[in-house]
Amino acid sequence: MRSSLTSANREGWAFALPGIVLIFAFIITPFILAFGFSLTNQRLISPNPTRYVGLENYQQMLGLAFVTLDAKQDPNGKVATDPSGHPEFPPLRTITRNADTPQYRGMQEWFRWETGTQAHLVIARDVVFWKALVNTCLFVLIVAPVQAGLALGLALLINQKLRGITLFRTIYFMPVVVSIVVVSLLWRFIYDGHDGLLNNMLAGLSFGHFHPVDWLGNPHTALGSIMVMSIWQAVGFHMVIWLSGLQTISPTLYEAAAIEGSSSWQTFRYVTWPGLRHTAVLVLIVITMQSFALFSQIDVMTKGGPLDSTQTLVFQAVQRGYGLQDIAGGSTISVILFVIVLSISLLQRWLTRER
Amino acid sequence: MKLFNVTAGAVIAATGLYNAAFATTTLSIWYHGAGNKVESKIINQIIDDFNASQSDWKVALESFPQNSYNDSVTAAALAGKLPDILDMDGPIMPNWAWSGYLQPLPIPEDHFKNFLPGTKGIYDGKLYSIGLWDAAVVLYARKSTLKELGLRTPTLDKPWTKDEFDHALQAAKSSAKFDYAIDLGMSDKSEWYTYAFLPFLQSFGGGLVDRKTYDTAEGALNGDAAIAWGNWWQSLFKDKLAPGTSQDPADHENGFIDGKYAFSWNGNWNAVKTMAKVDDVEFLPAPDFGQGPTIGAASWQFGISASSQHPDGAADFIKFATQDKYLAEFSNAIGLIPATASAAQMTDNYKDGGALSVFFNLSKAQAKKRPVTPGYVVESKVFQKAAADIADGAGVTDTLDASVDQIDADIKRNDGYKKN
Amino acid sequence: MAAIRADNHRLRLAVRYLVLILIAAIFIFPLMFMVMSSFKPSDQLLSDTSSLRAFLPVGDLSLHNYMGAFERAPVGLFVVNSIFVTSTTVLLSLLVCSLAGFSFVFLQWRGRDVMLSIVLATLIVPFETIAIPLLLEVSKLPWLGLSGLEWGWLDSYRVQIIPWIADGLTIFLFVQYFKGLPEELIEAARVEGASWLQIYLRVVLPLSGPVIATAAILKFLVMYNQYLWPLIVVQQEQYRPVMVGLQYFFQLSPAWGEIMAYLTLITVPVLAFYLALQRAFIASIATTGVKG
Repeated sequence: MRSSLTSANREGWAFALPGIVLIFAFIITPFILAFGFSLTNQRLISPNPTRYVGLENYQQMLGLAFVTLDAKQDPNGKVATDPSGHPEFPPLRTITRNADTPQYRGMQEWFRWETGTQAHLVIARDVVFWKALVNTCLFVLIVAPVQAGLALGLALLINQKLRGITLFRTIYFMPVVVSIVVVSLLWRFIYDGHDGLLNNMLAGLSFGHFHPVDWLGNPHTALGSIMVMSIWQAVGFHMVIWLSGLQTISPTLYEAAAIEGSSSWQTFRYVTWPGLRHTAVLVLIVITMQSFALFSQIDVMTKGGPLDSTQTLVFQAVQRGYGLQDIAGGSTISVILFVIVLSISLLQRWLTRER
Repeated sequence: MKLFNVTAGAVIAATGLYNAAFATTTLSIWYHGAGNKVESKIINQIIDDFNASQSDWKVALESFPQNSYNDSVTAAALAGKLPDILDMDGPIMPNWAWSGYLQPLPIPEDHFKNFLPGTKGIYDGKLYSIGLWDAAVVLYARKSTLKELGLRTPTLDKPWTKDEFDHALQAAKSSAKFDYAIDLGMSDKSEWYTYAFLPFLQSFGGGLVDRKTYDTAEGALNGDAAIAWGNWWQSLFKDKLAPGTSQDPADHENGFIDGKYAFSWNGNWNAVKTMAKVDDVEFLPAPDFGQGPTIGAASWQFGISASSQHPDGAADFIKFATQDKYLAEFSNAIGLIPATASAAQMTDNYKDGGALSVFFNLSKAQAKKRPVTPGYVVESKVFQKAAADIADGAGVTDTLDASVDQIDADIKRNDGYKKN
Repeated sequence: MAAIRADNHRLRLAVRYLVLILIAAIFIFPLMFMVMSSFKPSDQLLSDTSSLRAFLPVGDLSLHNYMGAFERAPVGLFVVNSIFVTSTTVLLSLLVCSLAGFSFVFLQWRGRDVMLSIVLATLIVPFETIAIPLLLEVSKLPWLGLSGLEWGWLDSYRVQIIPWIADGLTIFLFVQYFKGLPEELIEAARVEGASWLQIYLRVVLPLSGPVIATAAILKFLVMYNQYLWPLIVVQQEQYRPVMVGLQYFFQLSPAWGEIMAYLTLITVPVLAFYLALQRAFIASIATTGVKG
């Protein structure tokens, strides 16, 4: 990095050593153990000896198959339809519990689409895992940019010289101060589908035209509701990081821009933003990592439901390790998560490499 | 903790046993009641009495919050730090016994012959744990509601049939007086689901797992009876008869009392509180869906850890704590069913003619243990998810099939949960 | 002319404040809910949640919930435990991680880039996923205490502190910040013959106010809100922190009033810490404003 500086092997190691030793002892060692568990049938508690099972856990988790179902026909060969005229398909168990197709035993439907009298199904050995994977990615893709952007907006807003601005800065930061567990408990009251505060307020604002939504009980709104709350809770923290980046930009640059008569947008584009490069990397990485680790909100608010619409990878890892006493399964998810995030960051590095 | 040591010391000194105290051996006990003032007071009282009553043993208590108690115990077991005596929720006992955390009680079973069957933790033919009380689930209703809706009051001998129960719910709904006909406690996503809802499935003729072999759920959890249960269960939520999985915990807490729900399927631990606020509350037995009415049995029980060096002392304490007077004291304080009939007579609520005496017979008549197998811990979690998913509108057959697959895979991974 | 401009200015100022206040309302309401509820009886608290009354000091207000909370759990003990564990970890973490960051950015040593990559890769490991292996590990670690060598770290403060001192994120915060510092300052100090330790102490640290404040807040929040880890490694009440203590209030029926009182009580130290740091934060910004 700093090639101009002379090499200092001894001091270099000495300064970094305490941190490196601690990280190896308390993060890397247990992670390697977890990786080892993922290759065995390790249980949380069991009197039986642990067995090496190779990649079985990974196969179980990642196994997918594609099948096509033909619509039911009556004895005359006519396609059976339900009252609305929609073709009726045989239940999945005709394939998954069929002695002729043992390869599909134990698989469940992930999703399907229909073309005429055929239904095309993607079935998985572990549907919950796949749903958790998709939800987690969705959460990261939406929360990371929105939260980073809002935080920057707040930081710019709060970076003005106004009387009492410290008070506002403190208030904006307040949700961060309260533990996410506590925040999730409070928001359950707000999101209540029957007489929750949010529904009552929306009804009031729309003069009664608004129909109450069961925010956490509806598979279409549950994950979104958790996203909104998560952004609300953490945005103040990232505002502070942006703020510290803003403060490191020299006032002389702004003065120069003012003298040249540049607009606010130009000032932001050519003075502020370039000065925030390191901060931007930091904020995005921190948010991405925190989003991938989404757990507490799910645990307190929905437990992954309704209909798996809020399952996430870390929640599933914990659920399996503790709830289902399946340390091997939980560890397998951890390893998969690690590989995914590592690939993303390597890809990102490769794309943004200096040519 | 500190405070307790001081009191225990004071007791020993005051009773002139100070010299003998040199020979005493300390026994550790874990209890799930941290933060529960009433329970803590009684358990401390029992321990103080025990310590004062003899000089061989000194019992020292560590209390844990109930919500996270199982996690604490599991972690301690993994790290090899279990106490001598610990309490545990009944259905989890076989899992801990199988894992080698527990040893059978060195007390002849005969000693507890008068105890309600639900309070005895028997696994693999041996008595591992014993409870001071049992709990029961009942249908809370108001006498006035029953009268207004023109409903027959069910009894233990003649409980509501499925049709009567469905009719009652529909009647409550069409009266338009309530937000929902019945509160099932869907907000309490925990062991409550299995404890409270598995009995419905069993009354339909289904089950969580094959109770003869305990090695598969095929047929029990996804047979015709189970599918019938699933369709009925789903209809409760589809027809808006009961609040679903997103129920606000506050509504579960107060909904029945506030008159938002006509009925509430609830534990008897809320009975005392409800009686104070609803003067015409009536506790009705579980309906019969075809194969007889059942409710879940087994609550918290005491056992001895396998690593304890002093099972004799631990057994002395357990015998001491299960005296009628303490059973009665606990029952009076927390409203649960005392384990023996003689203790029941010493309580305000469960003595003949007491407000809750119906529960004692209910527990005797209807209580059925959750599957007694080490696999129960996992099976219960699977059931909880299935019940929630079906309530949320998932396909009944597919959901039950998936649950069976998951349970069977778990049994297989554990080599059939056979005792070595 | 001048009058119009002044009016204009005043109007714009008013709009600015209006925006600030509206946003503030969005951020403050759950806290208002928490604090107001802590003075209300549970029944009223729950029925208030459906209206704006939830945020207002109305109804039957008292300190009963606070007294109840203290009766139910040793609140003071939990807060002291948490503050001790948190502040010790934060201090050690700032020291260890800033040293490591300094070394990664300013020093040349063999294996540096590989080590940095490994440290950054640990960012990806969520704690929940390694909790059990870590539990198994610390339950077997040796410790040299006052009473000689003992095995196993459970039931102690050290088990809550030491594994949390170093983490990829804090090191990464320092690395990113140090990269932005002007290289000339360090080179100038080298030319003057300063040792690396002197440069760290006298040149780099004094310029690091903002990153120290950020890292301290982040670590403080993580540590103060610890739940899963202390739950599994601490059995004795005397070592329990505040979030495990919260569980004391969730019995078969949660005591919402007391919960709100307890939450209000345990939030006070965090807020105080933030306010204290904010002052230091702004002061340090003022001194570093010159660079760039």
